[in-house]
Amino acid sequence: MKKVYDLQDLDCANCAAKMEAAINKLDGVNSATVSFMTQKLTIDADDSRFDKIMKQVVKTISKVEPDCEVIM
Amino acid sequence: MKIKFSKKQKKLLCRIIAGAVMLIAALLIPYDALPYGGMIRFAAFLAAYLAAGSGVLIKAGRNILRGQVFDENFLMCIATIGAFAIGEYAEGAEVMIFYLIGELFENYAVSRSRSSIGSLMDIRPDSANVIRDGEIVNVSPEEVAVGELISVSPGERVPLDGVIEKGRTMLDTSALTGESVPREADIGSEVLSGCINMSGLIELRVSREYSQSTVSRILKLVEESSSNKAKTENFITRFASYYTPAVVIGAVLLAVIPSLVTGEWSVWVYRALTFLVISCPCALVISVPLGFFGGIGAASRNGILIKGGNYLEAMSRAEMIVTDKTGTLTKGTFSVTGIYPEGVSSDELLRYAAYAESYSSHPISASLRRAYGLDIDVSEVTDVSEQSGGGVCANVGGKRVIVGKRTYVSEKCGCDIPAYEGAGTVVYAALGDTENVGSRYIGSIIISDEIKEDAVSAIAAMRSCGIRKTVMLTGDTKAAARETAEKLGIDEVYPELLPDGKTEHTAELKKQCSKNGRLIFVGDGINDAPVLACADVGIAMGAMGSDAAIEAADIVIMDDKLSKIPLAIDISRNTMAIVTQNIVFSLSIKALILLFGALGITGMQAAVFADVGVAVLAICNSVRALYYGRKLQKKEMLPEVGFET
Repeated sequence: MKKVYDLQDLDCANCAAKMEAAINKLDGVNSATVSFMTQKLTIDADDSRFDKIMKQVVKTISKVEPDCEVIM
Repeated sequence: MKIKFSKKQKKLLCRIIAGAVMLIAALLIPYDALPYGGMIRFAAFLAAYLAAGSGVLIKAGRNILRGQVFDENFLMCIATIGAFAIGEYAEGAEVMIFYLIGELFENYAVSRSRSSIGSLMDIRPDSANVIRDGEIVNVSPEEVAVGELISVSPGERVPLDGVIEKGRTMLDTSALTGESVPREADIGSEVLSGCINMSGLIELRVSREYSQSTVSRILKLVEESSSNKAKTENFITRFASYYTPAVVIGAVLLAVIPSLVTGEWSVWVYRALTFLVISCPCALVISVPLGFFGGIGAASRNGILIKGGNYLEAMSRAEMIVTDKTGTLTKGTFSVTGIYPEGVSSDELLRYAAYAESYSSHPISASLRRAYGLDIDVSEVTDVSEQSGGGVCANVGGKRVIVGKRTYVSEKCGCDIPAYEGAGTVVYAALGDTENVGSRYIGSIIISDEIKEDAVSAIAAMRSCGIRKTVMLTGDTKAAARETAEKLGIDEVYPELLPDGKTEHTAELKKQCSKNGRLIFVGDGINDAPVLACADVGIAMGAMGSDAAIEAADIVIMDDKLSKIPLAIDISRNTMAIVTQNIVFSLSIKALILLFGALGITGMQAAVFADVGVAVLAICNSVRALYYGRKLQKKEMLPEVGFET
């Protein structure tokens, strides 16, 4: 399943790149891109455990940039 | 330009001002005259430092707990705390304040360019005025169903795709196509959402729901484009992930090795701290995606939708352009281009042919009827017999008319027919009495596809922007293909191809491109999805109506102007140039500061200043990518103004 989320307060381009790399390493994520310009996360992950994966994703994002919030 | 700060930026500004005021105070206090002068001096600078940098310190602390070692905040803290440790209090506080100023600038520049690109793409309608039970109700566009009637006032943006039922107006389609000349629309015209109604009140019958409307599709496409990152962009993020650790290791080595040799610890530690100040790869990481985004924005303003930075990058390396013929180079509408009567007048010939073909829906019959122009009295036409792919026999006003291919007509009338040598489809005609006695050949009519007005100049423009070879693939006959190619100045022609033959030839041609050259395929999006996918970059023309084309293509040109292709190449090259400038510029400045820092020529303040300066300059440079198309449009419009004066 492919979904797009808005990211609030994504202020640092380097953080966006770090997030992208970290999310792509998560188990069950097929592909993910974080766009610094549009402040969007595009994620393609396993259907069956999508919600679980998203929880992980949110955790990962706040680990890299605590101010940044995923709008669900 | 009005400066408006966000909440976060205001906070930053407060910190900067507080820090700066306290720093000035700390610099002015005459410590020597005071008891415990040294302690007070330390306390004064520390206060200024904390006023400015406590936020950064907290962030750094938090991030280090989360295991982010090479975090910019953390490294900045080490650098400034290090400065305090070696007694450079003023410097520690100054560097922190400069760093914050840089952050503010960067943040502001990024949010401004984000919003300027955002407003450019903002073709989203806010609401729709739907007519329900004779009353106008203002609802959100999502709530309007297909088949409902909406009213659009002058000055309003058309919220949904539809067909005009009432009223006539001029439409500004520039947000969709980049075309600045308004388009006329009347009852029955199809209107796309995103256009602006300029002159008259119109009522539209909605033909697509909002999620399928042109506006939604464009917005989705542009939004998704940022997830297709260019190679350059990926390279930079990869580079950034190595850059910071490398600089930090460099700093450690610089602090330790020369100090062990010379014993001058404070000198070398200070120089090492300079390294940490510029360890953030921000300038690079920001300016590259910003440049690409600006380029995509510039293109979309000109009616060219690019589905990602990777395609923009590939487009800039275009070397060969392969095009489809019908619908791409030509208008795709057939029309009569020659009438050669034999023993009758041309009007008579055309009339017989149009009447005989009046029951057929074939495009060729349609073009005959269009050329004839007058109404056809179908009661005059009887006993029609059609042979698919051959021709038609019919009785027209007491005469037997045979029209169609040469073999068909000559067989039916039993007469000898001279063959026409040339491009186009030829319709031969013969005439006899109703019993088909005494049939004779009465002439031929040539029907061909018209070449688009801007095709010749567009092909020339492609050549002048460095396209090595232009190739045309077509299902048409050799003669027709060659004639079109000659008129347009196309290098190579492959005629009489079936759709899969086009894919094969494209794959073959791709091998002829040099290692860095890219093959661009241009089609009208009908039946050429496999070819679009096979080319390095697939461009679909005039594709606003076709979902399949938007899906299959990498670049979508919203109107059917071929001149948009050289423009797209121009925009992509300009964007790539800007991105390259940014990379070279920021890297060389960084390298220079690293070198000067190591040699002790520049101090920490100069380093932080140069570092944020580069970032801001690179961001500003990237924004140029966005305005590229606008400059061109102005240039094109100049002569018109000149004529008037």
